[in-house]
Amino acid sequence: MDIELSKIYAVWLREVKRYTNSKSRMVSSLGMPLLFLVALGGGFSALVPGFNYQAFILPGILAMTVLFTSVFAGVSIIWDREFGFLKEMLAAPASRQTIVIGRTLGGATTAIIQGLIILVLGFAFTGTPVPPLANLVGILLLMIVMSSSLVAFGIALASVVQEVETFQLVQTLLVMPLIFLSNALFPMDKMPVWLQDVSRVNPISYSVDGLRTLMIGAGSFGLGTDFAVAFAGLVVMILAASYLFSKTSI
Amino acid sequence: MYAMEVSRLAKRFNGFTAVKGISFSVGKGELFGLLGPNGAGKSTTIYMLATLLEPSDGTANVNGFDIRAHPDQVRGSIGIVFQDPTVDTRLSAYDNLDIHGRLYGMDGKTRKQRIDEVLALVELTEWKDKMVKTFSGGMRRRLEIARGLMHTPKILFLDEPTLGLDPQTRRHIWSYISKLKSQGITIILTTHYLEEADYLCDRIAIIDHGEIKVLDTPKNLKGIIGGNIISIESREPQKLADVVTRMGCCRKPRISEMTVSFEAKDGAKLVPKVMEAALKAKIDIESIEVHMPSLEDVFIHYTGTSIREEKAAPSGIMMGRRAHGY
Ligand SMILES: Nc1ncnc2c1ncn2[C@@H]1O[C@H](COP(=O)(O)OP(=O)(O)OP(=O)(O)O)[C@@H](O)[C@H]1O
Ligand SMILES: [Mg+2]
Repeated sequence: MDIELSKIYAVWLREVKRYTNSKSRMVSSLGMPLLFLVALGGGFSALVPGFNYQAFILPGILAMTVLFTSVFAGVSIIWDREFGFLKEMLAAPASRQTIVIGRTLGGATTAIIQGLIILVLGFAFTGTPVPPLANLVGILLLMIVMSSSLVAFGIALASVVQEVETFQLVQTLLVMPLIFLSNALFPMDKMPVWLQDVSRVNPISYSVDGLRTLMIGAGSFGLGTDFAVAFAGLVVMILAASYLFSKTSI
Repeated sequence: MYAMEVSRLAKRFNGFTAVKGISFSVGKGELFGLLGPNGAGKSTTIYMLATLLEPSDGTANVNGFDIRAHPDQVRGSIGIVFQDPTVDTRLSAYDNLDIHGRLYGMDGKTRKQRIDEVLALVELTEWKDKMVKTFSGGMRRRLEIARGLMHTPKILFLDEPTLGLDPQTRRHIWSYISKLKSQGITIILTTHYLEEADYLCDRIAIIDHGEIKVLDTPKNLKGIIGGNIISIESREPQKLADVVTRMGCCRKPRISEMTVSFEAKDGAKLVPKVMEAALKAKIDIESIEVHMPSLEDVFIHYTGTSIREEKAAPSGIMMGRRAHGY
């Protein structure tokens, strides 16, 4: 058990080292969320007087950052396959389960760091008041659950589709719609009905809702539901990733 | 006791048989070579022995563990240097080795000590903290070898360790391999360089189209031909080959560009006779050479083709689909 834990740590360490070694990617992946927050947030706030749209989308932008970084971290197994490092991991006396858990935790760690940076910048730029400590803890917990399940989702995806070309498709066909077809950027009650329905079945909406409740107290599903959906997603995704990854070969 | 026993190991990829039920044993401390052209099934064999691919048939015992029944124990006791690069270029040399050591369950003190040892062996000590993406191809290969040795495996698999490297780097890698051999580690090496197999291996299995054609020491392999090789250069190689065949004194003349070569029991005595016959048939001879059989001649003897010719063949036809790296 001890040894298995240290192997999980090895896989985690590799993810985190790669992340800290590429500062430029760290910065560039913050660019888009910040742009959304400043430009979109600023623009809409001016459009609708009396509605602090920036404060409203901050949780959505946070979810967006976590989503992008997490899925990217999971899907990057495709690159490991392409550049060979996957062989090194599969040849090691570590179980597939160990690799999945290590990668999930590693990817989640990087996503949470990115998220926290956005959060701090967001509070500073938008003037959203910083919520009390208990809420901050809740935000962190939700970020952990959300990012872990999304990394696992990426791993599952990369175990099924193994071509690098798929990578770009994932970005445009899966990750972007998950954000745009949710309540991350627009208030639910102002959406056309079809979009409301889509958002309601999009699990990302529940994490956004939870974050929004904890940050500005304006959620609509209730925190209990938000957390339940997030945890259920985590369990499903970890199981899917473990199963599908155990089936892959070099 | 053998370090490894392979019995009727086979691999099929949807209908295509890449490895056709091969059997061989490797002694402890032996340096065993699998020599074969592109697509012969060398890497596929290594993947199965390293438990990365499941065999379609047969099995193997590696370090006392069956590859099907105890893949984890097999993995823990072997080291592999893959044909294609597998180091993480976004990590330093140190981190690559350190993470490897952790994955193999080594404790911190042993890891530090081994990192110094293996880096010294492959002369990369000064590059310890540099990012691997700044390394040349030869340095990366050396790092891969260091990493394969990091956890002191009992058996080391080297899949074409000098592929695509310049002669000087190749010499270097040969010297590391010789050094390892003197330390008693068992090594399985695949190559399609004849001189590499000849220089390094205790025993060589010539593998072609998924089958082992012959297996022996380099010396015995060359002895199998039992005589000399005569090579004659002429403007009319086909005609000359016919003349030689009609003489009935030797087997299988082979034409390669302008040269006709054949095996002969006593080459020196045969030369005047061949010259005479050629003269009679009015064939001009540019040069004639008698030499001791090389591994190349042995390879031709058993496979009917030269390993160099196959290497130069257009890709796709003889090599089939390359299956590495994804
Ligand atoms: N995953 C795969 N799917 C289908 N065919 C494969 C696969 N892997 C290998 N093959 C085929 O099996 C044969 C043996 O391949 P292998 O890689 O073992 O050859 P090799 O001796 O290592 O060649 P090389 O010297 O080029 O590395 C080749 O014809 C190859 O196309
Ligand atoms: Mg190969």
